Amino acid sequence: MSAEFTTAADMPPAEAAPPRAGWPGMATDLSGDRRMFHVPWGKAMMWIFLLSDTFIFGTFLTGYMSVRMATTTPWPNPSEVFALTIGGAHLPLILIAIMTFVLISSSGTMAMAVNYAYRRDRRRCAALMAVTAAFGALFVGMQAFEWSKLIEEGVRPWGNPMGSAQFGASFFMITGFHGLHVTAGVLYLSIVARGVARGAYEKKGYGIVEIAGLYWHFVDLVWVFIFALFYLW
Amino acid sequence: MEGQQHPVGLYFKVWGLLFLLSALSYMVDLFHLEGLLRWTLILALMMAKAGLIVAVFMHLRWERLALVCLVVVPPAALLVLAGMMATESDYLFLLRSTLFR
Repeated sequence: MSAEFTTAADMPPAEAAPPRAGWPGMATDLSGDRRMFHVPWGKAMMWIFLLSDTFIFGTFLTGYMSVRMATTTPWPNPSEVFALTIGGAHLPLILIAIMTFVLISSSGTMAMAVNYAYRRDRRRCAALMAVTAAFGALFVGMQAFEWSKLIEEGVRPWGNPMGSAQFGASFFMITGFHGLHVTAGVLYLSIVARGVARGAYEKKGYGIVEIAGLYWHFVDLVWVFIFALFYLW
Repeated sequence: MEGQQHPVGLYFKVWGLLFLLSALSYMVDLFHLEGLLRWTLILALMMAKAGLIVAVFMHLRWERLALVCLVVVPPAALLVLAGMMATESDYLFLLRSTLFR
């Protein structure tokens, strides 16, 4: 299918037979070749998937809000929990700040990769995607460091020495699920970057890079909410 | 023209802006701002960053309204859920403070 759309294909034929029922009916409904969003189907599908993901993270964050508001025990202060001492200086929340800047930078390189993809500059596009994936891997690495530090300090999903037991549950659940998304994104970007470098999309066009970009920006977007609601509350 | 194409300069501007907004968020914590001021700043900076990412990096600014509504309208349901849960949690907190001291 080409990315063009015709108004004729959008309309059901005038002398249409009554629609069939059951499974065959569903098959004809779904293959009706009618468009709603006027974007390539892959892009519409990615947006719909991301919408479902929004609900996953949205409900996680709502659950975290609920347990945090309802607990009568003191909540550990994230500013201090995630502080590091670097070169003798005690810096509150510094690791999280660095992780935030890394992820934002990866979004910047991804946006540029999409730009070069549509200009059909394969070499630059693949290179920028590789840089994006490397930033993502760096983020996951820092998250692994953060997790091991907390686990060492006795933080568990069911309790911790610093205060409310709900802290560990929320932390591991939310950041774990986000980290999983970043990891999957690194793999996804690597596979697409390899295809770009090999010229696999020369015939099909470079929409796939924009779609991969949508996923990656979404991962960055979720982090914006986690950073504000979990680490700054 | 194929797909979403915009000048690289625009991406650089947004990138810089996101850096600035993130730095400001971090400052809120660094300077130990408290209460209403802290919350207003945290949420305003969060929404500004989210808006920039969705509008420019994800190109939603240039998409058709049908797609914009598909993405923006359903999450409003989450705000309703959050509102209900906030009320519920307040009540739970009250119960626990009264009964489990």
